[in-house]
Amino acid sequence: MEESSAKAEQVLENVLETVLHFLTSRRDRNAASLVCKSWYRAEALTRSDLFIGNCYAVSPRRATGRFPCLRSLNIKGKPRFADFDLMPPDWGAHFSPWAEALAQSYPSSLRSLHLKRMSLTDGDLTLLSHSLPLFQDLLLTSSEGFTTAGLAALASNCALLRVLDLVECLVHVHDDVVDWISSFPDTHEHTRLESLVFDCVDCPVNFDALERLVARSPSLRRLRLNRYVSMAQLHRLMHRAPHLTHLGTGSFSASELDPEPDYASAFAASKSLVCLSGFREIWPEHLPAIFPACANLVSLNFSYADINADQLKSVIRHCHKLQTFWVLDSVCDEGLQAVAETCKDLRELRVFPVNAREEIEGPVSEVGFEAISRGCRKLQSILFFCQRMTNAAVVAMSNNCPDLVVFRLCIIGRYRPDAETQEPMDEGFGAIVMNCKKLTRLAVSGLLTDRAFGYIGTYGKLIRTLSVAFAGDTDLGLKYVLEGCPNLQKLEIRDSPFGDGALRSGLHHFYNMRFLWMSSCKLTRQACQEVAQTLPHLVLEVINSEEHKADDIGILYMYRSLDRPRDDAPKVVTILH
Amino acid sequence: MEVGLKKEKNMVFEETELRLGLGLGLPGNGAAATEAEGVRKRGFSETETETTTVDLMLNLSPKESVAADGADPRDQPKTSPKEKTLLLPDPAKPPAKAQVVGWPPVRSFRKNMFAAQKSSGEESEKNSPNASFVKVSMDGAPYLRKVDLKMYKSYPELSDALGKMFSSFTIENCESQGFKDFMNESKLMDLLNSSDYVPTYEDRDGDWMLVGDVPWEMFVESCKRLRIMKGKEAIGLAPRAVEKCKNRS
Repeated sequence: MEESSAKAEQVLENVLETVLHFLTSRRDRNAASLVCKSWYRAEALTRSDLFIGNCYAVSPRRATGRFPCLRSLNIKGKPRFADFDLMPPDWGAHFSPWAEALAQSYPSSLRSLHLKRMSLTDGDLTLLSHSLPLFQDLLLTSSEGFTTAGLAALASNCALLRVLDLVECLVHVHDDVVDWISSFPDTHEHTRLESLVFDCVDCPVNFDALERLVARSPSLRRLRLNRYVSMAQLHRLMHRAPHLTHLGTGSFSASELDPEPDYASAFAASKSLVCLSGFREIWPEHLPAIFPACANLVSLNFSYADINADQLKSVIRHCHKLQTFWVLDSVCDEGLQAVAETCKDLRELRVFPVNAREEIEGPVSEVGFEAISRGCRKLQSILFFCQRMTNAAVVAMSNNCPDLVVFRLCIIGRYRPDAETQEPMDEGFGAIVMNCKKLTRLAVSGLLTDRAFGYIGTYGKLIRTLSVAFAGDTDLGLKYVLEGCPNLQKLEIRDSPFGDGALRSGLHHFYNMRFLWMSSCKLTRQACQEVAQTLPHLVLEVINSEEHKADDIGILYMYRSLDRPRDDAPKVVTILH
Repeated sequence: MEVGLKKEKNMVFEETELRLGLGLGLPGNGAAATEAEGVRKRGFSETETETTTVDLMLNLSPKESVAADGADPRDQPKTSPKEKTLLLPDPAKPPAKAQVVGWPPVRSFRKNMFAAQKSSGEESEKNSPNASFVKVSMDGAPYLRKVDLKMYKSYPELSDALGKMFSSFTIENCESQGFKDFMNESKLMDLLNSSDYVPTYEDRDGDWMLVGDVPWEMFVESCKRLRIMKGKEAIGLAPRAVEKCKNRS
């Protein structure tokens, strides 16, 4: 009797595992794992893609212990404010313990690794390259700590390398630069390379080796060059790889002494191009070369191209299919109006400032912003830096673009009110949370009172990420948000007058959050200590610099964790318990 | 923790108050300035006043502090009545002109890209009074760069910037050690005899000159374009440079 019931259970588990193979969404899998123990086991055995939103939320051992068969791993490290120098450089997010664990646990299964804001060493990369023979895809975003030597190890040892994407990383290039491109085995065999992105590796590359590599990579579809590649060299590479879909053009600049090849024909011949970026040292005179490719473009990144309105207009009027557009504010409101006229399918817009200082006026304003809202009704995501804005323009966008999921407005001047009415910007942001019912990410700026946060708490029910700086009046502001936004996961606040009372109002919710960041606010150590004692699975890191008194909190970085607090924190970090 | 305008002890006093000036030559680290120190570290130097005296307040209640330049902490062009009521008594809000770490939230590699470049829709020949763009070429480098000479105040600053821009291209040339201090004439002559790189410029008269032979301001006015060439090739420029100097002085 027992044997047959054991068999029945086994059959059930097999069926379960087979069925669970079809579950790909991690949220579905998390839910399935909570049903009962056998579902937990089956799910763990069948999960092949693991996402870890905070590298300190779980230890490598726990992760590898639970999931024995991973094919891909995605880990995020430092919080976003680390990008703006708000954290000490040696704070943590070290990848080494993970590298060791992965090398040991997944030698025959791990194929893909995606790291964001992690700190990796060349040793880590070398270890991976030796330990994971099936390794195919490496995607490093906003990470640092490694050099060209680490890249060379990957190139040499990963025979199946398919994707090597380095996005906005800080690669140390000052001492002993290694010719990593030459480290790809230089044989007559084809490589498996599909994507090679290295625009952030800021040192010259061996162009001959690069050209040979591209020539023997027939599967290459994405190539993003760094600024040391000239137009003439780009032309040769495009000739070698006419099937590219994503191209980062490198410098897009030429010496006057070189005879000019026909750049436009190279772009005309690249009929598969849908995504263009680069333009790192752009000579605007060469812009017409890309005209033949514009009609097919879905994504265009001009955010390193210092071009004016007329120069942009000459390009953008061809770009009817554009969905993603990143640009500098050097194009002015006039340039944005041209975008609004042509790019009816635009989903994502980012406008970065050339001049990041606080000024009275700037090249873009509520005029361009409102024009975009009128012309690009399908807009889902916007990041907009400006020196002046009005509530009316923000309200207009809330009405014209109801599909907005991400709304990030950065009025560079701190505490700046509505430029016309001198009112706070409360009503504008209020309209956004009220009218954009799909909104999950919000970043606010300008002069804001507690009222704005009242709106967010009342209407921002789907918000998962909220970014606040130099805003609010009293604890009430933060209270509204912590009590009103049930889906809040990531909350980053700086230089705002929120204190202990506000912190306590979130006690019911902190275990549901990935992290809370509060810097230069009004917290006291005592209140943080209380929270640490009340919620034992929260880790509260306090980072103070010398000028802070012992009781004050410079930075509070707080996150949930299944394991003991980390032991790799630098001296400047205090972990409360 | 609050970093903000702490009440500075260097206040505007009424004549009836006693002020004891000890003239101790304290560098500002004395008792009177400790609160201002925290402010200084955040770069609020515009609102401080230098002091070498210690102010002893005898049985007097402290007055409201006034920033040295009298500016409203938020430095807004217009202030509405609503805004004024929002002013906290002890604001955590620094003056608008102060440099704030990490604000605006633009990543450093974006900020660095444009530190030396301002938005300019014009060619280098048509320069606004605030910018003076010239093309810079370096022998052996694959493409030209542009610099705004008005961004720099001296030759060493320009040398620094050029060195950063082109340093990568000197990696292969193992003889080159980047840019040398070219304000020293004898060093210059050494340079011209080596295969290191030497910066030269074309002036308004169309002559090619060695960079560094005229005062900085004169250089900015007369420079039309820059070319960084090998020292050996620049040797012919030296006598002309000397002669031009003679003509000018």
